[in-house]
Amino acid sequence: MLYETLIAPFVEFEFMRRALVGVCALAVGAGPIGVFLMLRRMSLVGDAMAHAILPGAAIGFLVSGLSLVAMSTGGMIAGFVIALLAGLVARTTELKEDASLAVFFLISLAIGVTIVSLRGTNIDLLHFLFGSVLALDDHTLLLMAASAVLTLFVLALIYRPLVIECVDPGYLRSVSRLGTPVHLIFLALVVINLVSGFQALGTLLAVGIMMVPAAIGRFWARDITPMIAIAVAGGMISGYAGLVLSYQTGIPSGPAVILFAGILYALSLAFGTAGGLLRKLFPGRHLEA
Amino acid sequence: MTAQLRFNNVTLGYDRHPAVHHLDGAVASGALIAVVGPNGAGKSTLFKGVVGALKPLAGSIGLSGVDSREIAYLPQVAEIDRTFPINVYDMVAMGLWRQCGLFGGIGRGQRQAIERALETVGLTGFESRAIGTLSGGQLQRMLFARLLLQDARLIVLDEPFNAIDTKTCSDLLDLIRHWHGEQRTVLAALHDIEIVKAHFPETLLLAREKVAWGDTGKVLTPENLAKARRMCEAFDEEATACAA
Repeated sequence: MLYETLIAPFVEFEFMRRALVGVCALAVGAGPIGVFLMLRRMSLVGDAMAHAILPGAAIGFLVSGLSLVAMSTGGMIAGFVIALLAGLVARTTELKEDASLAVFFLISLAIGVTIVSLRGTNIDLLHFLFGSVLALDDHTLLLMAASAVLTLFVLALIYRPLVIECVDPGYLRSVSRLGTPVHLIFLALVVINLVSGFQALGTLLAVGIMMVPAAIGRFWARDITPMIAIAVAGGMISGYAGLVLSYQTGIPSGPAVILFAGILYALSLAFGTAGGLLRKLFPGRHLEA
Repeated sequence: MTAQLRFNNVTLGYDRHPAVHHLDGAVASGALIAVVGPNGAGKSTLFKGVVGALKPLAGSIGLSGVDSREIAYLPQVAEIDRTFPINVYDMVAMGLWRQCGLFGGIGRGQRQAIERALETVGLTGFESRAIGTLSGGQLQRMLFARLLLQDARLIVLDEPFNAIDTKTCSDLLDLIRHWHGEQRTVLAALHDIEIVKAHFPETLLLAREKVAWGDTGKVLTPENLAKARRMCEAFDEEATACAA
């Protein structure tokens, strides 16, 4: 019975195995990125970036149809341009990052919609707006795995300055010039992971596998390293459970993955050992010292 | 004694308005200098200029024997995100940046240095505490531990004793005296005249312009302090370009 429910779908169907590999790759890359976004109070930046990517992907789609390469390249270019412009404006003027990003992604969205309306077909567009985790081909899987590997590698490279930049940006500025490049590299990683995620979950839900696991991690760890590990694990569990849920009940797989992450989040919110509600409401008697 | 830091008719400020106006002078290597002045006198601005965070509007600040990235700088309002999940040990270990950089391992020697620094500031036992759980004074002690590890020739402290209890203050003053003994150059902005008189041999009294600079006893006279207080704080929006 348990085997039938939990394991059989993946043994029987190749598309389920592909989907599982895909969501695991996504969780590995997006988890740590989400944790840093959350700690930098940029949780909604991922959402904004996803909007910024959409027109680029749309242009790619209009030029060469539902081609992975064209759509990914278009999305990445649009994302990088927006991230760079927003980052530079925030660092050289008084406008804060969120405000400048909001301006740029709205402009980008407007341009995208204009371009799409010029050419007129939006039926296929739905396909990548909401993703198709159950139809991942070899190239897409390779792209997702490659971005996960690249993300971990680059994060390892910039981990120290990135952490210092989050905790005490003034200190990093006083000892090193790496602050701005590290921030821009980080934004590039956000874009790469969103592009990788939109193939499976669509532009809108790709942010989900980034931010929800990060929020889960925050309720279980007080130190950043375990927080990242928990976020990755939470993303993988949600991916697996969401796929099973979707297979057994027939609800769309992308939303099922994020819904399951939502359930984990609710549980963490209630029972988390680091600031969970239960601990807050029933802290127990105070200590001696 | 050679000059480690030289102000060459430097003017620093914001939007063309000077906050430090035509300052000249030299800081000898190994000097222990208090920078005193009323609110808005330009103390923090001067320090930002020294560490290279603010470009002079005119004139220049010359550093010799030390790069601007090698100055240990404690800003008045640190931009620390105290909710960030990091513990005291890791935070103090950041002081080793110049030694370790991106990848350098933190070896046994460095671990001992971190432990010594924590012990010096009286934070032994706080290693695994999250920084968000520290009190204001404990946070300041932690930042001093990080300064210790930076092992800098030039140390710039912007009002390090604000809202700090007497015990912490005297502990940190001991540390500053210790740095002085090691021939490190220390610049500190302070408000407590008694502390300056007791611990700082040299004083720069600043009120946008230099009021006096030299031996603390000669600088902190009632006349000089009264002169500093008369200084006008607000920028004049209609001010014309300075001819000097």
